[in-house]
Amino acid sequence: MSVFAWIETAAGEAVSSSWEALAAAAIIARSLDTDTAAIVIGANCEALARRASQLGATRVIACPAEALAEYRLDAYSAVLSQLVEKHAPEAVVSAATSRGRELLASAAADSESGLISEVIDLRVEDGSIIGARPVYAGKVLMEMKSNSATTFVTVRGRSFAAPTPNAAAAPKIETVEADGILKAPPVTIDDFVAELGQVNLADAAIIVSGGRGMANNPQAAPAGLSGNDASIWKAKHGFANTLQPLAEVLGAAIGASRAAVDAGYIPYKHQVGQTGKTVNPDLYIACGISGAIQHQAGMRGSKIIVAINKDAEAPIFKLARYGIVGDLYEVVPALTKALEEKLR
Amino acid sequence: MHAVTFTRSTPDTAARVWVDEDGAVAWGDVATVVNPWDEYSLEETIAQSKSGGGESTVIAIGSALHNDALKHSLAMGIDKALRLEEAGADMNDSLVWSAMAAGAIRKLGDVDLIIFGKESVDVGTDQHAYQLARRLGWTMLSYVSRIVYVDYSERKIQVERALEQGKQTATAALPAVISVLKEINEPRYPNFLGIRRAAKAEIPVWSAADMDVALPNAGTTALRFLNPPAREISTEIVAGADVNAKASALAQRLFEEKVL
Repeated sequence: MSVFAWIETAAGEAVSSSWEALAAAAIIARSLDTDTAAIVIGANCEALARRASQLGATRVIACPAEALAEYRLDAYSAVLSQLVEKHAPEAVVSAATSRGRELLASAAADSESGLISEVIDLRVEDGSIIGARPVYAGKVLMEMKSNSATTFVTVRGRSFAAPTPNAAAAPKIETVEADGILKAPPVTIDDFVAELGQVNLADAAIIVSGGRGMANNPQAAPAGLSGNDASIWKAKHGFANTLQPLAEVLGAAIGASRAAVDAGYIPYKHQVGQTGKTVNPDLYIACGISGAIQHQAGMRGSKIIVAINKDAEAPIFKLARYGIVGDLYEVVPALTKALEEKLR
Repeated sequence: MHAVTFTRSTPDTAARVWVDEDGAVAWGDVATVVNPWDEYSLEETIAQSKSGGGESTVIAIGSALHNDALKHSLAMGIDKALRLEEAGADMNDSLVWSAMAAGAIRKLGDVDLIIFGKESVDVGTDQHAYQLARRLGWTMLSYVSRIVYVDYSERKIQVERALEQGKQTATAALPAVISVLKEINEPRYPNFLGIRRAAKAEIPVWSAADMDVALPNAGTTALRFLNPPAREISTEIVAGADVNAKASALAQRLFEEKVL
């Protein structure tokens, strides 16, 4: 018996939210008086096992197979389901990343187990695992209890503190073979274009976000551009030369409102809010964002919200802890400079 | 060729949603809308069935509340709508939900492609899609930002997926389940003829017995709904003689909050 935590990797390295999942698994394991087992699949298992042990895993189950070096839903879920069948864990925990969501849902269906997804809080009552999860775009909290022998749980990013390392821990590794269960892959990966060097919105501690106001860049658009094209140029220029420097000083990710995305100012992957990403950073700086309820749906979990907007009546100020009423193209460079001096 | 999509009615995102004295989720008399992510899966289902020379079906699972989303889907141009309902079954649980869904797909019999929106905003999850794929034994392709092609004679689909680490191009055999992102298309608005056709449509309701489905035990139970703790926000509009003074004062506050 144990509580599993799947350690998700990208290019052989653990993704940071995996350690939060390990911390969440340890909470359940302590309450149930059982051990915490890190599940590492694919490449670099030994180093990952060592790290997992330092971060609180009492044991590590490793499945190092060549065929598993890259994540694939079919292969990884076959391995995970096999481990669940063999070990009958009380719970299986992962981060609610795109992979964690599909992997745990698939394995939960294989064993007809309950899945509580996107939890922000966990507890054990009379031996049952109970997860609290935001529903209705965060307007309501739902408490869900598992009824099955094994409970699958995905945890929302930045909801559980990552464990602090303990250098003394030596890993207890159990290695399992996967060869027998891997079938011909049903999906062929034809191409992959990595997007590295960008801070992932879901993991970001600080987010600097831009909205429709980004188009009010005082810098003149190149001759020949007019109307909408000029606005797009100005806004793009603003994201690159006004917001990006602030994000760099803070080590922040860049977000955007739907209005900015729909207007073509910035790619969709930056969209925060309904039909975009849900984020919960320590600090969210909203620049030129009015704060439509659809935007709030994605960022209301932020610890401290700062609003910078020309319009003193913008709804974003009702949500913000701090506000500056003013032109973002004057305020943001000044703030960048002030923070740079303080952080130096 | 037959493309199927699933949808549901959710309260309008702009609506106030709260937990009433009886512990039920309420949104007053505000009208529901089709789950916002499903605008894109509905559009893609219509487009794929048209370009593949086939038909399209939309399915909702749950109470008659979801008829509104089904009618909206028909008004957009989906050919047929179906509602699945089983008295006493807990559709909040994805094992139960996916067993019902798989029953409908098997009963329809000729489905090539199932298209989901990324997630449902009311229940706040996407686990249903993955579990349906699993129950059917079909390939799952999540986070699809573009369908490169679907070849019904070769039984193949190629898609682009927007993943956290980058953009993946992948090919899989049909039948398959995909979930789509907002990037994939521009959803159409229902036109007058579509709205008229939808208003007249009778939506069949299938029970578990109609589909010969033995429902599994619910893996989870919703214990209770809670209003999130009220956030005590007192907004401070940072003042200063000029923009630099304001910016310095804000930087100082952020240091004091220990969020840097």
